[in-house]
Amino acid sequence: MSSVTGASFTDETPGPEGEPPLRGDRASTGRLGDRLFGGMTRLAGGVVLAIVVLVGVFLVVRAIPALRANHADFFTSTEWSTSPLKFGIVQLLWTTVATSVIALVIAVPFSIAIALFLGFYAPRWLAQPAAAIIDLLAAVPSIVYGLWGAYIVAPQFAHVQSWIQDAFGWIPLFGRVPGISGGTTIFFVGVVLAIMILPIITALSREVFAQTPMTQREGAIALGATKWEMLRTTVLPFGRPGVISASMLGLGRALGETIAVMLILSTLPQGANWSWSLFNGGSTFASNIAANAPESISDTRQMGAYIAAGLVLFILTFVVNAIARIIIERRKAFSE
Amino acid sequence: MKNSRIAAASIAAAAAFGLAACGSASNDSSGNSASSNSSSSSAAGASAGSSASSGSSAGGSATCFSGSLKSSGSTAQQNAINQAIAAYTQQCKGAKTSYTGSGSGQGITDFIGKQTDWAGSDSALDPAKGEPDKAKASCGSQAIDLPMVVGPIAVIYNLKGVGKLILTPQLTAKIFSGKITEWNNAEIAKANPGVKLPSQKISVFFRSEASGTSDNFSNFLNQTDKTDWPDQHSKQWTGKVGQGKKGSAGVGQAVSSTPGAIGYDEWSYAITNKLNMAEMDSGSGPVALTAESAGQAIAAAKVVGTGKDVSLAINYNTKAKGAYPIVLATYEIACLKYSNPTTAKNVKAFLTYLASDGFQGTLTQVGSAPLPKSIQQKVQESIAAIS
Repeated sequence: MSSVTGASFTDETPGPEGEPPLRGDRASTGRLGDRLFGGMTRLAGGVVLAIVVLVGVFLVVRAIPALRANHADFFTSTEWSTSPLKFGIVQLLWTTVATSVIALVIAVPFSIAIALFLGFYAPRWLAQPAAAIIDLLAAVPSIVYGLWGAYIVAPQFAHVQSWIQDAFGWIPLFGRVPGISGGTTIFFVGVVLAIMILPIITALSREVFAQTPMTQREGAIALGATKWEMLRTTVLPFGRPGVISASMLGLGRALGETIAVMLILSTLPQGANWSWSLFNGGSTFASNIAANAPESISDTRQMGAYIAAGLVLFILTFVVNAIARIIIERRKAFSE
Repeated sequence: MKNSRIAAASIAAAAAFGLAACGSASNDSSGNSASSNSSSSSAAGASAGSSASSGSSAGGSATCFSGSLKSSGSTAQQNAINQAIAAYTQQCKGAKTSYTGSGSGQGITDFIGKQTDWAGSDSALDPAKGEPDKAKASCGSQAIDLPMVVGPIAVIYNLKGVGKLILTPQLTAKIFSGKITEWNNAEIAKANPGVKLPSQKISVFFRSEASGTSDNFSNFLNQTDKTDWPDQHSKQWTGKVGQGKKGSAGVGQAVSSTPGAIGYDEWSYAITNKLNMAEMDSGSGPVALTAESAGQAIAAAKVVGTGKDVSLAINYNTKAKGAYPIVLATYEIACLKYSNPTTAKNVKAFLTYLASDGFQGTLTQVGSAPLPKSIQQKVQESIAAIS
């Protein structure tokens, strides 16, 4: 088997005692197909890296003039005004993070439960069509979620919200905010985002849960574990890195979601009082840029302000993904 | 492989045929819209040679051009321009006109960057931003602002049992700045004798994104009542109360679904959402928003453009009888002289159609108001000077 290219799959995986993988002897045949395929993969990898770097460079270059001309502190101001240039990211950052975290808090447990149901509880005739339907949710364009959320669900959801406010209003996070009506709040956007990221997390979780080695599962059951104990001791730990990856993918979508947020969320008037309440309005990085940047395109400074906001979102996504990677690597180290 | 080659060949053939069809219709000026609506392009070609007509019949017939014309800009006039393009293209099969509603700022940028042949904008070229000079450099001649579509802004409200509400500019400024927060406020009651106002909180709605509507409405508030609305006009709403909604549709929907709500919106959205519109009393009695009352305000505006430029300074304080003061004049921006004579001819033909009675008369269908005669005449003169 290895004679064809000089290296085989087994050579490149670590040995059972943790020995480093055997490298091929580089005695590749140097045939055309080999070189072509290798070149193609390198090209693809290089292009994607180059794009990320170029986007970063573009954002930094365009943001700097606006940041220099900014009359407010970029990191601590809650204001966002481009004429005069007084912009800070606090309100945008809070709204972006709050909506995304709410989405994750709701979507992750739901997705895990759905994935386990489809993989281990549902009868076969139900599991496959159900999975397909959930995948279909991922294909719904976000504008549809936006219109549906803003015009159909939000007015109904207002009742749920006012109930939460009545019951838990003493917690600042659930406090009443005067002037925001009709359920178009950070909290509701979080709920809609949860629905939007649910299919991604579910589909990926289902895949990783299905990869749990049959030997482990059968072992657990042989030792007398109930179904729940089997899932808890074998499937869930095995799938954890995958679930985290899936959640991060979902989080990435939630952080960057634009049109649905823009349609649903009520924005705040300038100089509105700061509130920690999730029943406040606001704008996220993406929705703010999408709503206002097109009118500022002719002015490089004003545009720069939005690009600076875009840069923060870029970095935020980057940091979130880096944290996810670290968590996954750690888990891997423990589980092996 | 073979199949795709055949497909490519057939596409090429079709394209060639299409070009030929364009060519045959190129020097054609079809007479009235009714006949050319149903006629195929070959029939239109057969009628070539009929006398070039210009804006005479009521259907809004136009001088045709052939070839393509690109434009972009203001979304406020997008409905009107789209309607114009549809009507114009029905008459002139060879004319390929496009308008991208990308916002006024983008429209001007495209125009200066020579991406488009003319621009649509909510405001005239702004000397403070150096736009006239940039446009002049790009054109090689003066760029002219032509008011074309009048878009009135309605003050919309949602109050059960109150079918008619009269506001003064001062009351409007106080409500939108948050100085008046209850509907049964004594000042509102004074302006509406005999109307039973509910004891209800006022929910203010504004546009969440930068928009020409906000710009004009805040300008109105600032011009008419500096004490209650000291902020300069701004595309980004600078009010301190209420909540922002995305787009004209968003504001309209929010007002119609929230009891006690008030907002400002383009006229067409107020009509389609069946919303109550407040009458405005600037000192000579309450005036409801109609095509005529909006036209009155434009007629009372001063032309501040020099030469062939027809930029208007709208006097929001106008006391002219029967004038509804909150109007927005949207402009078409074109070069006075084009380096390419064909482009000049095409732009001229289309703008002439826009300024014609035939088209202006249809504007009320899309929630815009026609230009008053005095301004329309000036605009037509300026268009005639384009070369």
